[in-house]
Amino acid sequence: MDNKIETFNLTKKFGKLVAVDNLNVKIKNGEIFGLLGPNGAGKTTTISMLCTILMPTEGTANVNGYDIIKESDAVRKSIGIVFQQPSVDDILTGRENLRLHAMWYSVPKKIRNERIDEVLKLVGLEARQNSLVKTYSGGMRRRLELARGLLHLPEVLFLDEPTLGLDPQTREHIWDYIEVMSEERKMSIILTTHYMEEADRLCDRIAIIDSGKILIIDDPEKLKESIGGDIVCLKSKVKDPRIFKKIESVSGIEVKGDYIILKVKNASENLQQIFEVAKKVEKVEIRSASLNDVFLKYTGKDIRPESGEGGIVQRIMREKSLR
Amino acid sequence: MSQLEAIYALWLREIKVFTRERSRIVTSIFTPILWIFVFGGGLGSAINIGNVNYQTFIYPGILAMSVLFSSVFFGVYIVWDRKIDILKEVLVAPISRTSIFVGKVLGGCTDSMVQALIMLSIGFFVGVYFTPMSFLVAFLILFLLSLSLVSTGLIIGSLMESPEGFNMVISFLVFPLFLFSGALFPLDNLPLWLSIITYIDPVTYGVDSLRFVTIGISKFPLYIDFSILIVFATIMFTIGTISFERMK
Ligand SMILES: Nc1ncnc2c1ncn2[C@@H]1O[C@H](COP(=O)(O)OP(=O)(O)O)[C@@H](O)[C@H]1O
Ligand SMILES: [Mg+2]
Repeated sequence: MDNKIETFNLTKKFGKLVAVDNLNVKIKNGEIFGLLGPNGAGKTTTISMLCTILMPTEGTANVNGYDIIKESDAVRKSIGIVFQQPSVDDILTGRENLRLHAMWYSVPKKIRNERIDEVLKLVGLEARQNSLVKTYSGGMRRRLELARGLLHLPEVLFLDEPTLGLDPQTREHIWDYIEVMSEERKMSIILTTHYMEEADRLCDRIAIIDSGKILIIDDPEKLKESIGGDIVCLKSKVKDPRIFKKIESVSGIEVKGDYIILKVKNASENLQQIFEVAKKVEKVEIRSASLNDVFLKYTGKDIRPESGEGGIVQRIMREKSLR
Repeated sequence: MSQLEAIYALWLREIKVFTRERSRIVTSIFTPILWIFVFGGGLGSAINIGNVNYQTFIYPGILAMSVLFSSVFFGVYIVWDRKIDILKEVLVAPISRTSIFVGKVLGGCTDSMVQALIMLSIGFFVGVYFTPMSFLVAFLILFLLSLSLVSTGLIIGSLMESPEGFNMVISFLVFPLFLFSGALFPLDNLPLWLSIITYIDPVTYGVDSLRFVTIGISKFPLYIDFSILIVFATIMFTIGTISFERMK
């Protein structure tokens, strides 16, 4: 069995809203697969159907070889999940949460304590295991959820926005844990996120999803390559941006406001040429293509219009619209 | 086998929460005690029913009341669990919905029965002296009542989205169940309309049988009371498993 998950026209409608639209993906054994998309793209809805807590409107899927509709019990036994909304029990201690989970998932009594110790160690919560979860920080809760998701050694692990709302340092830690887990356990991991860096760092393959549809699936490097090199963004007196076409390394030209955006192979080496054509350059920004550019290319919009991050063009566009 | 352990784990969770939130038990004991000592004591100084002091007369009614309130209100915790998202962990686990329901019911019954034990143990303050046998029968009656009413609370909880909504529905349900049960008055010589409603109220049969066990007065034979309580519990329990099957 090569595919741990395969969906067949998986669809979910909420009234008229099509949250997930005829999804067909195959997720391979042992890979970290990312569903990358903005809020409301349908990521959580997809995960909810795959872990059998939401009934598809149409279509179905196989998880670990079992049908999510007809064999939901077998699916449930094969999966672990970290929900977008924390679901650990505040009024219990970390260890108690894990113990109950072990009982719900029939982890054999003999190895239960051993297993609990192991996952607590993995996420670095040994010292606080006997404190009530309500005294935990947001990052500790997430780590406890991760530990819990792993406790019964699932074949497939779902992580729904595992670092949402965490500070950069904690996020870095969680990424480390996810990488270790993936390597040590060889489990298949499906991760949803709207953080580019997260998808870029962790995923073997990424599906860009928007309005319930998958726009493209590939590995992060290929996706970035598909942009065609680096991004050079400049402000100059050039009237007709098409003159940049004569530079061989320029593969794309776009105008956004006062700025000209060029896609350039090896920008650092070809900058001289560009400047010669551009004559007087007032401002310039050069960076390598990011997943944000990929996202922009396939959806025509910025993945997180509300955040302060993103490329210079997005910042400019935002400033403009503010005025 | 694994389902049994899952049910045990569900029950264990409820018990841990119960023992950690002691305010739950204090508040739920407080109201019945007020009723017995203020209402019962106040009216008792002036009123006898037959040859029984009023305070003693309402004691079995207040026993039923304490179980009624704590059992039905237990349903609100499932609304909370859903609201703060901890229910999802259980719903996605390989546990059948019936097991989840059974675990919750047992948890709720345990909560109520701890309170019932406290209420039973204050019997001698109002002149009710239990024999081991009568104590056991009273406990059994309260348990049957609790089983049906925890189920009722959970059914309503499984349908409600917000704790406020739950509380609203419950206040329309719990007070009538209490007031029409004959907890505070004898069932003889009632106006016809009131009589009919008391006969429909299942809690009536709990109060009636408790009154027989505690002070030897009753309207119906014990076996009738018991049969109706058992039927009521079976019906609510069955509806409960179905409503959990359909939840969400
Ligand atoms: N229970 C629901 N009822 C109605 N609409 C919903 C429900 N759950 C999600 N949606 C809608 O479906 C779309 C996809 O939501 P979701 O899967 O949560 O997105 P994401 O996780 O990618 O942010 C959104 O437009 C959301 O408002
Ligand atoms: Mg989501």
